[in-house]
Amino acid sequence: MLSEELTQIPAISALAESYGAAILEGGLSRGEAALYVDPVRIIEICRFLKDEQGFSRLSGVTAVDWHPVEPRFEVVYLLQSLPAGQGGPPQTARLRLKCRLHGEAPEIDSVYGVWRGADWYEREVFDLFGIRFREHPNLTRILLPEGWQGHPLRRDYPKHGHKYDYGEET
Amino acid sequence: MADDTEISSPAATLVAEPGPETAGRRTMILNMGPQHPSTHGVLRIVLELDGETIVKARPDIGFLHTGIEKECEAKFYQQVVPLTDRVDYLANLSNNLCYCLAVEKLLGIEVPRAAQWMRVMLTELTRINSHLVWLGTHALDIGAMTVFFYCFRERETICKLFEKFSGQRMMTSYFRIGGLALEPPRGWQQAAGGFLKHFPANVDEYEDLLDKNPIWLRRTQRVGQVPLERMLDLGVTGPMIRAAGISWDIRKSEPYSGYDEFDFEVPTRTENDVWARYRVRMEELRQSWRIATQALEGMPGGPWMAAAPKVVLPDREKMKTQMEALIYHFKIVTEGFRVPAGDVYQCIESPRGELGYYVVSDGTSKPHRVFMRTPSFGNLQVLPAMLEGRLIADSIASLGSVDFVLGDVDR
Repeated sequence: MLSEELTQIPAISALAESYGAAILEGGLSRGEAALYVDPVRIIEICRFLKDEQGFSRLSGVTAVDWHPVEPRFEVVYLLQSLPAGQGGPPQTARLRLKCRLHGEAPEIDSVYGVWRGADWYEREVFDLFGIRFREHPNLTRILLPEGWQGHPLRRDYPKHGHKYDYGEET
Repeated sequence: MADDTEISSPAATLVAEPGPETAGRRTMILNMGPQHPSTHGVLRIVLELDGETIVKARPDIGFLHTGIEKECEAKFYQQVVPLTDRVDYLANLSNNLCYCLAVEKLLGIEVPRAAQWMRVMLTELTRINSHLVWLGTHALDIGAMTVFFYCFRERETICKLFEKFSGQRMMTSYFRIGGLALEPPRGWQQAAGGFLKHFPANVDEYEDLLDKNPIWLRRTQRVGQVPLERMLDLGVTGPMIRAAGISWDIRKSEPYSGYDEFDFEVPTRTENDVWARYRVRMEELRQSWRIATQALEGMPGGPWMAAAPKVVLPDREKMKTQMEALIYHFKIVTEGFRVPAGDVYQCIESPRGELGYYVVSDGTSKPHRVFMRTPSFGNLQVLPAMLEGRLIADSIASLGSVDFVLGDVDR
């Protein structure tokens, strides 16, 4: 279960109370809290953290590929709380959520409905890692041209020497 | 330019079918960019117009995608530093700093105070540099040409100062993991002091040109407003969010590199329009000047590099006289240094907002993953909300107020 120093963080202890079964693992290293959560319940957890615990901002969404280890993908959500109070420096807190996904047809629910800012970040992860986000309103490639073969940030994608015809033949 | 029905790919793939509110009305698709001068780079926006009003705006990015994050995985940790310059080429030192701080956090290295202060001074000069480019080009877009010349006059001084420090005007790569790349050059105090002495008067000059200019006011006031909740939801950061009334600056809320020792204010406005963003950035110029001046006057003495022989390249002189130093030099250059496994997210306040590096180490000498949370990418998402329902003539002013750098967006 979660270590004592993690449960001292109010947001995490509240989350553990309501969604204890969905938290698979957690750690606090170098002052940064990170939780591995059940990918099936990501939307509920994000909504809880946003609505009840004040994590009003999603700084970004990214992924890490641990190929050839399975489950190879880790989708990482960078959350931040930003108190609404004005004047004086806001006391912000950060939290990382991670979801492990298997390499075969990796899929996870989109958190677009929770934070609109997830839109481009999820498209970027889809583009570069090939992870599908269910219910995303416009899951298309964002950085690479349409019709690009493969997902460059996967570890098994070559660092040099890919072959691509830039669509001239089609 | 063509009718909605006649447009051929690829614009057709970007614009959805006419929505319910546009059904029955003929709209026009206008392709803006990727070479449009006001996009300051290669941003393409597909605009759906109903007369002069923008019905839909679809930004199309990726023209400057260079795969820097992938490239990082093939380099030693210290070799990544010059790549970070190329991400946001107007705030090169901010990127250097953020990456170095992230790796230093992973390694658990404490950077000497002198190096921290020097980093603060130079990143604040970078902020001034970046804001000057923004101000000059933003005013130029709206039609105030003179401001550009004034801004670039001061920018030139900063570029020369950077050249003095690092040998490069833009791609400085002056920060290294553990401190600074080189000892500051002889006479840097006079060079930096000479610039800082006159800078407040220069800011007054820019304001004289714009603050009471009726054209400027009419083109910026009450233009490009987006509800604050929408901005927070979209993850907007930096001067944009401060112009909407939130006093959030990472230098204050999560101080790094000794920023808590400096005395400065976080300017905010509540109008949340193009003009408010202009005012916030003008105040930031003054605050950056304050920080840089404090750093210059109180610059502590001491070493410029951390005492970490396995990470920091040894002194040239020691390499010639000490066997150990020679071995470390050889090891660092040929095999890099190992970084303990783990991951960190380090963010700083770049001129554009929250710049974060998420670095994952697997215990080897090359990063397993480097994710750059760039402020331009996050802020650019606000474009549709900012443009839709407004006049096309206002789009240029709105675009400029976001202050994005396409290298920062596309990476």
